[in-house]
Amino acid sequence: MNKGTIKQILLITDGCSNQGEDPAAVASLALQQGITVNVIGVLENDQTEQPEGLEEVEEISLSGGGVSQIVYAKALSQTVQMVTRQGMTQTLQGVVNQELQSILGSGKNMEELPPDQRGEVMEVVDELGETSDLQVLVLVDTSASMHSKLPTVQDSLYDLSLSLNARMGKNRFSIFSFPGKRKAIDKIVDWTPELNAIASVFPKLTSGGITPTGPALREAMNHFSKKKRVRSLITRDESAREESGY
Amino acid sequence: MMNQLGKSQDIELSLGTFVTGKWYKRSYRILRKLGSGACGTVYLAERQGKQYALKLSRNGSSITTEVNVLKTFQKVQGKTLGPSLVDVDDWIQPGGGALSFYVMEYLKGKELITFIKQHGNEWIGVLVMQLLTDLEQLHDTGWVFGDLKTDNLIVTYPPARLRWIDVGGTTQIGRAIKEYTEFYDRGYWGMGSRKANPSYDLFALAMVVIQLYYPHRFEKGQDPEKTLIRKLHQVKELTAYQAILKNALYGKYNSSGAMRHDIQQVALKHPTSTTNFSRSPQVKKKFSSSAPQSRQQKNAPYRRGSKVWEGIGIGVMVGLFYMIYIVIQWL
Repeated sequence: MNKGTIKQILLITDGCSNQGEDPAAVASLALQQGITVNVIGVLENDQTEQPEGLEEVEEISLSGGGVSQIVYAKALSQTVQMVTRQGMTQTLQGVVNQELQSILGSGKNMEELPPDQRGEVMEVVDELGETSDLQVLVLVDTSASMHSKLPTVQDSLYDLSLSLNARMGKNRFSIFSFPGKRKAIDKIVDWTPELNAIASVFPKLTSGGITPTGPALREAMNHFSKKKRVRSLITRDESAREESGY
Repeated sequence: MMNQLGKSQDIELSLGTFVTGKWYKRSYRILRKLGSGACGTVYLAERQGKQYALKLSRNGSSITTEVNVLKTFQKVQGKTLGPSLVDVDDWIQPGGGALSFYVMEYLKGKELITFIKQHGNEWIGVLVMQLLTDLEQLHDTGWVFGDLKTDNLIVTYPPARLRWIDVGGTTQIGRAIKEYTEFYDRGYWGMGSRKANPSYDLFALAMVVIQLYYPHRFEKGQDPEKTLIRKLHQVKELTAYQAILKNALYGKYNSSGAMRHDIQQVALKHPTSTTNFSRSPQVKKKFSSSAPQSRQQKNAPYRRGSKVWEGIGIGVMVGLFYMIYIVIQWL
C-alpha cells in the first residue's frame, strides 16, 4: 500500500463561532480535500457544566471525519496527542476499509470481519500509523476567553511534537491563530518538523473578541493546498489518497 | 467509525447482564465492575462457574490492538507475561449497538501499595526483581510495556508475585509509545523521548517505586528534573535503592537485567535496612502470641523431667531417713 501523507487540522477552541460561515460545512469541505479535522474543546479548570457553545465541537469533527474531545485545560497535553493519534487511526481505517471494500465487495468493512481477521487488518493499520508521514496544522482560538489557557496550549503542543516525533514516520507541524489581525488567521509557526521553538511566540499573542471559526478553517485548508502544490512540483511523493477521496 | 472521544468511554452494565458473543456465542454473566480506563471498562464476569475479567469498549480498534498484543505474548511463551487471553468477540447489545470485548484470566490480588504496607518494605526489592525478570523477557521478544503504573500492577499471593494486568500500552521497540500516564512518562518529566525502548519501562518502574511513598503523586513544578530527584531523596525508606532508582530515571540502564543485578546486590547486602516500619499490628500480635506458646511447648518436657527427678529425690531421702531410723531403733 502506498504510504502517503496524512493531513490533519487540529482546532483548539473554547467556544462557539460567532462570525462567518458554518465551520461544520467548511470541515466537510476539508474532508473532501483529504484533510481531516479534529477538534478539542477546552474548559476552564473550575467549570462544572459544559457550555452550550461546545456542542459545535462534535459537529465540526463529525463533518471533518475526525475525532473530538472536550477537556479541562489541565488535561490538555495528553488529550492533544491522543486526539491526533486517534484521528490518524481513524483516517487510516477509512483507507483500509476502502481497500477491503474493493476486495470483498461493497458494504464490507473491518467491523464485519471475524475477530481473528480483524486483528490482522488492525496490524496493518497500526503499521501505517507508525510509518506514515503526517502533517498537522494546529489552529488555536485566541479570542479573549482563551487567553488564560494559552500557556497550557503551548505546553501541550510541545508535548504533541514529543509524542509524534517518537514515530518512525516524518512529521510536519504548523501553528495558526485566529482571529487574525487583518486576515482570518495569523501564522505563528510555519511548517516545521519540531515544535521546540514555540515558547517565544505564544506570549506575544493578543486576543480579540470575535470567533470566526468557519473562515479560519477555510483559510487553514487553503494553506494545505498551497503547501501541496508547492511540494508536488518538487517531489512526487503525494499519495493516491487524494484521488480516492481521502 | 466515528469514535467520539468526547463521550464517556465508561460502559455501564447492570449486574447479572449476559454478554453473549456474536461470533463464538459464548455467554458471560456480569458480576461487578473492576475498573475503567481511557479505552474501555473491565468487569468481573462468570461463565460455567469460572471467573474472568471481561473488557468492553466502544472503540473496536483499541480492543483489537490489545488482543493482538495478548496473542503475541501467548505465541512467545507461557503464562507468566500478563493475564492469558480467553476469548474475543463482539456483543450486540439489546438496544442494537455493537461493543467489542475480550475475556482474560482473572487475577485476584492486592494492589502493590497495600501489599507493601501490610507486609513490609523488604518486599520492594523482591517484587521489583520479579517484575524486572518479566520485563526482560518482554523486551527480549521486541516489546516494551509502555503504560507501566501502579494501577496496572497487582500482587497475587501466596506466593507473592507482582504481575501486570493491562497491556493497552504495550508497544514494539523502536515505535512511539502507544499509551502512557503522565506521571510515569519520562517525556512528561523532560527526561527523554517517547520512543519505545527498555529504558522507557525502567523509568516508569522507578516512578512506581517512588510513588509508593507519594500516594497522591506530586506536581512537576518549574524544574521537573530537580523536583523528581528531591522527592526521591526525601524518602528515607528508599535510601538503599536511591542510586539504582536514579540510574533508572536517567536512562543509564540499557537492560532490565542490569537493573535487577544492582537491586539484587542491595537486597542481599541490606537484609534489615528496611525493618518492619509498617507491618500491620495484626501480624505483630500474631507473632507475639505465638512465640511464648512455642516456648512453653519446648519447656514442657524439661519440666516434666525435673518433677520426676524431684519425686525420686524425695523418695530416696525419705527411704534414707527411714533406714537410719530403723538402724537407730535396732541399736
